[in-house]
Amino acid sequence: MSMRDRLLAATFGLVLCGAASAAGQNLGHVATPDEIAAWDISIGPDGSGLPAGSGTPRQGEAVFAAKCAACHGENGGGKPNDRLVGGQGTLAGDAPVKTIGSYWPYATTIFDCVRRAMPLNESKSLTDDEVYAVVAYLLQQNRIIEEGDVMDARTLPQVRMPNRDGFIPFSAK
Amino acid sequence: MTSKQQPDAAAGNGLLDRRVLLGAAIGATLPGVSHADGLPIEPWMRTPGLPLAGYGQPSPHEGKVARIAASLPGAPGTGASRTPHHLLAGMITPNGLHFERHHSGIPEIDPDAHRLLIHGLVKRPLVFTLEALARYPMESRICFIECAGNSGSLYQKEPAALGVQGLHGLLSCAEWTGIRLATLLEEAGVDPRAQWILAEGADASGMSRSVPLAKAMDDAMVALYQNGERVRPSNGYPLRLLLPGYEGNTNVKWLRRIKLTEAPTMTRDETSKYTILRRDGTALQFCFPQEIKSIITHPSPGLALREPGLYEISGLAWSGYGRIVKVEVSADGGTSFAPAALQEPVLAKALTRFRIPWRWNGGAAILQSRSTDEAGNVQPTRAKLMEERGPVAQYHFNGIASWEVSGAGEVRHVYA
Repeated sequence: MSMRDRLLAATFGLVLCGAASAAGQNLGHVATPDEIAAWDISIGPDGSGLPAGSGTPRQGEAVFAAKCAACHGENGGGKPNDRLVGGQGTLAGDAPVKTIGSYWPYATTIFDCVRRAMPLNESKSLTDDEVYAVVAYLLQQNRIIEEGDVMDARTLPQVRMPNRDGFIPFSAK
Repeated sequence: MTSKQQPDAAAGNGLLDRRVLLGAAIGATLPGVSHADGLPIEPWMRTPGLPLAGYGQPSPHEGKVARIAASLPGAPGTGASRTPHHLLAGMITPNGLHFERHHSGIPEIDPDAHRLLIHGLVKRPLVFTLEALARYPMESRICFIECAGNSGSLYQKEPAALGVQGLHGLLSCAEWTGIRLATLLEEAGVDPRAQWILAEGADASGMSRSVPLAKAMDDAMVALYQNGERVRPSNGYPLRLLLPGYEGNTNVKWLRRIKLTEAPTMTRDETSKYTILRRDGTALQFCFPQEIKSIITHPSPGLALREPGLYEISGLAWSGYGRIVKVEVSADGGTSFAPAALQEPVLAKALTRFRIPWRWNGGAAILQSRSTDEAGNVQPTRAKLMEERGPVAQYHFNGIASWEVSGAGEVRHVYA
């Protein structure tokens, strides 16, 4: 580093050198598969990460009424918080209604979100079967799956969401 | 508006050459306060002051310098609080005033129990303790963080009756110190198939976002310090992801896990939220850099002008694409612009303070600022942005904002 660079660094805390030691600190410990499994809760759009278990819309209706309706309204109609059902066909124009049914591109995201973050005041409290059931209920309420459909690790990634092709990468605009 | 051009005039309606600030060339006559009996000896000049303190606090006279918060019904920790830029100066946001956006409250993390896991498409998945991370070489950089929803109300059809804080307060700038994420990823050994990372927080919502691996290897940081002290709980204690220039939501707080993947995970916050819905019903996704932008902080609503005379117009400019190279200010609603002075240091992806002198003649004025970055991006007019995106875009508003100064000196938000 030149004297000028040293002075700049001393004055402004600038990032000037990135020459980290090639040897490295190597202070992490190698994670075991069990350690990773407990934390690896993310679900890919291809269904990777989905656990065993299953649920139906009918089973989900009871879970939704008990755990979700207070915030998301009866049948997912919204209020006080996000509306989850309806709005299909409204995205173009000045009054879009963004819901799971009208906007979300992947059904796997619903499972991921509900399991990690819901219910808001008691996240990660639902069993995997309950999560599958609530997801099935919300998809059925949005007329995306049928009453008799069963959601599990095989069927959920196959659900095609109505707005699947509605997104364009910002970098490609 | 330019009836009486003065020698120092730089643009219409009273804007002066920025160099006027540097000299003493202005014949401003400021009203004096005379004391027939001499300047008073105040009580605090006669007795010893307060004792020393472990952690200093602002003057009790500055109590109004505070964030304002709004949260979801029944969920006091789920919402946002906004930085009062109209009451601050310089480029650095004090830690207690850095904006907040939480998706399920601020977790009370025991640093000894916290872990950072790096796994997925790596040769060796690794777990780090805070104690281990503290031994890595660190670096510091000053950069802004802006929520993608900042200024979102300017997409509305009518101008919101709010000031700098309410409109633009989801923006802050700090010196962050931590470890280059690339250092940790290289130790884990990046699998050539990896193209993205998933970053996840340890809050109750497990907030998570996908980001291109290229950004992670470029200038991403695992930040442990904020303006010299440990990162505040409201900003991710004990560690957060820092992605300079990227939308705030991707700078995952309370960072607990990074998973390398071939493709984006398509989390809730990168699909149903933080996507820009346009008039035709399609939405822009993965809108990472916060685009070229500027705001005038002084004057602004709540900071009325008391009398005609000389004022300094001051504000902030920033770009997720690099350094600010120019800020221009208008006092006549965009008819004419004059270049503002940029306060050094001007750093890439940091807030840059700009200033320009203005002689307010007591008439109506509309103040605007327009910034340009080193990549050549120029801040668009609101009209242009609305034409491109429409009224429901919600995120990434970066159009030119306008303050109207009335003949009485009151300042309000308008569209112009």
